[in-house]
Amino acid sequence: MNTDIYKEGPVVHNAAFIDGHSVEIPILKILQQDGTVYQGAELPKINEEHAVKIYKALAFHRALDERMIGAQRQGRISFYMAALGEEAASIGGAAGLEAQDMIMAQYREQGALIYRGFSLENFMNQMFSNEKDLGKGRQMPIHYGSNELNYMTISSPLGTQIPQAAGYAYGQKLQGKDAVTLCYFGEGAASEGDFHAGLNMAAVHNAPVIFFCRNNGYAISTPSDEQYVGNGIASRGVGYGMKTIRIDGNDILAVLKAVQLARAYAIEESKPVMIEAMSYRLGAHSTSDDPSGYRTKEEEEKWHAHDPLSRMKSWMLAQNWWDEAQETALFEQLREDILAAVKVAEKIAKPPVEDLVSDVYDQVPEHLQKQLTSLKAHIKKYPEAYPLTAGRIK
Amino acid sequence: MAQMNLLQAINNALDIAMAENDSALCFGEDVGHFGGVFRATSGLQEKYGKARCFNTPLVEQGIIGFANGLAAQGSTPIAEIQFADYIFPAFDQIVNESAKFRYRSGNEFNVGNLTIRTPYGGGIAGGLYHSQSPEAYFAHTPGLKIVVPRNPYQAKGLLLASIRDDNPVIFFEPKRLYRASVGEVPEEDYQLPIGKAEVTEQGSDITLLAWGAQMEIIEKAAEMAKKDGISCELIDLRTILPWDVDTVANSVLKTGRLLISQEAPLTAGFASEIAATIQQECFLHLESPIERVCGIDTPYPLSLEKEHAADHLKVYEAIKRSINY
Repeated sequence: MNTDIYKEGPVVHNAAFIDGHSVEIPILKILQQDGTVYQGAELPKINEEHAVKIYKALAFHRALDERMIGAQRQGRISFYMAALGEEAASIGGAAGLEAQDMIMAQYREQGALIYRGFSLENFMNQMFSNEKDLGKGRQMPIHYGSNELNYMTISSPLGTQIPQAAGYAYGQKLQGKDAVTLCYFGEGAASEGDFHAGLNMAAVHNAPVIFFCRNNGYAISTPSDEQYVGNGIASRGVGYGMKTIRIDGNDILAVLKAVQLARAYAIEESKPVMIEAMSYRLGAHSTSDDPSGYRTKEEEEKWHAHDPLSRMKSWMLAQNWWDEAQETALFEQLREDILAAVKVAEKIAKPPVEDLVSDVYDQVPEHLQKQLTSLKAHIKKYPEAYPLTAGRIK
Repeated sequence: MAQMNLLQAINNALDIAMAENDSALCFGEDVGHFGGVFRATSGLQEKYGKARCFNTPLVEQGIIGFANGLAAQGSTPIAEIQFADYIFPAFDQIVNESAKFRYRSGNEFNVGNLTIRTPYGGGIAGGLYHSQSPEAYFAHTPGLKIVVPRNPYQAKGLLLASIRDDNPVIFFEPKRLYRASVGEVPEEDYQLPIGKAEVTEQGSDITLLAWGAQMEIIEKAAEMAKKDGISCELIDLRTILPWDVDTVANSVLKTGRLLISQEAPLTAGFASEIAATIQQECFLHLESPIERVCGIDTPYPLSLEKEHAADHLKVYEAIKRSINY
């Protein structure tokens, strides 16, 4: 028998079912909440410079989320999604990759972009959907993307990036590139057909993709126990014949270790890998919902105690790579910079009306050009109804 | 020139595309060694290797998702959906992803290299799920191009143009004609334009418009009408999206009458879109209401296929109706 198809087990003559929960999956933990490393734990590759970069990204993330939730409440932006409590997954993921690796995220992984150096201006221009937004003001806030930083533009439909990541990685492999694709998704998205399609396509075609599940306990209001049964999302990786690991998603060193190993394996063996990072979404799903309607304060408090940022900070302090004065100065500077960037971005004009029809195709086709011409004539007739564009139409 | 059937012309186009471009890949269900259930990819795996021409699992949303990723990466995926009737699991990947990739990213990323090939249409005793013509669903989606060839020569030239076009293209292949349609096809490389209809026969009394396998039907009806002294102008639309309004409108300005025939059911089919646009463009020149001769509004049946379909007799009757209005 071809062992790629199934692994032959013992022959039995009395019917015996295998229990659906029988796959035992260990969880990797390296860093304890007090900043000490578990005895015998093997650290990821990391030095002071790298650690400081990671920690600064965590701090940036937290300051950005805090300020932008405020901006949404003030009505300055329409929508926001924070990642409070699970920043280690996106930042640790990006920190374990090389710059040429593609990241295809779900939507709550702005940390990966922060780590890769997406500028504060770029974040703001996207959230204010102004004319300097790389996405030309077409998508809701937090749908970032950057070709330069190998971060695929976010798409709202859930899970669509999963089979795409398989294809992207297959192309990287075929062209002999020293690169992988890392694909983020949540445990909710793992119920989508595209998740199963993507895992199977990647496994069958040996695509060097790292599937990174952020299991944060909730899909909007739906808790994980109403999303799936069985041993988490990791068991699905095993089911698709993939090397799989489960990690403490709030442990930045465990995330870094798992991604470094997964990357090396994906490149050397040309195969997909699955990582399930266990975490908790401390904040709301988005600024459009209120978690008090579906979970208790006590539950949230329990997870506040597992905060990934303070855990890394304790470790950094113990290494003498960080101190409280730096901490205070960094957060003060970040808050000041972010507030200033908000004030700049909100004053930048919205995109011109021509951006309505560009990029539907590589060139604007004739029928769309005609529609634009008649739209412009209409706007000129009722300029007060279209204040964003009326003044700029020639 | 060589004699080729429509499948051979497609196979020949794929061969040229794969020879010229190392990043061009053909894949789908049974597409590898077997060469596809219709054999359109026959011999390509032997020639270009398993990495570039391969079978996929039975998962249409996976095939198109994978293809979107490849195209975004810079490869040139040519994905096959075995029957157009089975394209719907991939509807989200096509409509929400392929079509919007460039727009939503502000052109940071695109899947312009993507081509989706899929056999469509009835007349082969295929019943509900091997006969559909789903072009109208996709025609409602800005960002896609939709191409349908009518014969082997058109198929090769339009497929090469589709593969090289910098936008995602769905290429609907009239499977009834796969082996039935044979013609002269140049062995060398050539392209036919996307977005351009073709007047295949000049006429003065009425314009007959169709695409794909339906061209045969309107040709047959035009022959019958000719015996009654009616001169029909025939147009093959060739590209459904974006479609060539000018060629159709210019013809209707001349003939004053338009008949559109499609295999798909009548209601909200692409013929309806054409009728609406042409009545706008040519209102004062129309001598009679625009006729739509389509499948009746049922799922595609098996034993009553002939009754359901827009055949030459129904087209012929509609021509007379229009002329005698």
